[in-house]
Amino acid sequence: MSEPTTNATTGATTSATGKRVLMAKTGLDGHWRGPTIVATALRDAGFEVIMIGMARAEEVVQAAIDEDVDLVGLNVGGHVDVAVRAVEQIQSSCDGVPIFAGGVVPPHAKRKLEALGVEVYPPGSQLPEIVEAARRLTGII
Amino acid sequence: MSSDAVVLSALLAAALDGDRQALARLISAAERGATLPPLTPPTDRAEHQLCIGFTGAPGAGKSTLVSALTGHLIAEAGAAAVLAVDPSSPFSRGALLGDRVRMHEHAMDPRVFIRSMATRSETGGLARATQVARRILQACGWGLVLLETVGVGQVELDVVYTADLVVVVLNPGWGDEIQANKAGLMEIADIFVINKADREGLESTRRDIDAVIINRPEHQRPAVVETVASEGKGVKELAKAISLARESLCASGELHRRRQRQFATELEQELLRRFKVSMTQLRQEESYGELVEALASGADTLDGAASRLQKIVLGKIALR
Repeated sequence: MSEPTTNATTGATTSATGKRVLMAKTGLDGHWRGPTIVATALRDAGFEVIMIGMARAEEVVQAAIDEDVDLVGLNVGGHVDVAVRAVEQIQSSCDGVPIFAGGVVPPHAKRKLEALGVEVYPPGSQLPEIVEAARRLTGII
Repeated sequence: MSSDAVVLSALLAAALDGDRQALARLISAAERGATLPPLTPPTDRAEHQLCIGFTGAPGAGKSTLVSALTGHLIAEAGAAAVLAVDPSSPFSRGALLGDRVRMHEHAMDPRVFIRSMATRSETGGLARATQVARRILQACGWGLVLLETVGVGQVELDVVYTADLVVVVLNPGWGDEIQANKAGLMEIADIFVINKADREGLESTRRDIDAVIINRPEHQRPAVVETVASEGKGVKELAKAISLARESLCASGELHRRRQRQFATELEQELLRRFKVSMTQLRQEESYGELVEALASGADTLDGAASRLQKIVLGKIALR
């Protein structure tokens, strides 16, 4: 394996080391199981994962800015409106930070999120597939 | 100026102007080891320019305490920044940073800036990146910095060379741990907090602490504050104890001495980091293999081989 290289100023890198992912729950129902499993898999793949628990759209945006994350993961629990609002606000406030989503996402919600450029990983998605997406979205591969 | 230096100067200018995104990016650059422009250090006499370190065992309630105290301090100081450090995995280098969950009440408050940091141990990370982040924050108007360390281990003693004032957080019924950690943890506290003070064993923990500090001169004796952080109990008293400790450190000149020592520590750690980088490069080279071989075959002593290696490393650093 070749040594990963990182540009200290821009953060351009060939490894997940130092890449930061924010994990937030935007729905009221649902539970922590899914986001926790994904967070652990991302950590094991070398990412720094910042957990903020259940959060309103504005809180997700604030955390994404202060923590200077490279990717936002949203757990959508039923209330797709909150997720959509979070996506819109992240996109307008944190230029270019990619977003992916998981959780119980009904088909119409999936279409809505995908129309906004969000990659959606519904139940049944495999962890390697999600980790791969994180690596791709953060520009590692 | 190199293009990197231009980018960093622009980020600093924006951060000084109150741009949070620029501030956050500057901290990221510091974590990656970027060379930053000069930063204005805190003033000893300024009451609200203070870096308070919090350390103690995992689960002692550091995050909850820091969160509750932040709510109290921003009323006086106007703003506060929190640096919450969690460990990186030495294997994957990844990390789960969960301190924000316990600081939920400040999630939307523009007067609070919370930053989670992984130790990134592979680059000798903690003290260096944490201290630089603290310097960036203070230079950019976030004078009051609450620094939360990872749980007890070796790392948390670094807080003494990083923060201006150290709060050690303990819990009732931890007599054995106190004994075990006496040499380290018990010596670095400016203030002791017994958090979760509504639990059984408060009296014996208090006695254990008293036994450790009783021999010190009265003006150097740490305050002991009982709190139930989850209910906000004792937080006001802790804020008062911090204020008094700061006044005393400032008046005696100790605050100034500590800040000088923080710079010295940073300088030494930077030098060590350069040594490490050069060592890593050396491992690929033939001369390194020869030195190891000479040592292994008994042709050279450890002292002799180390002296030769030292010369090579110093030569490499000089060439950079």
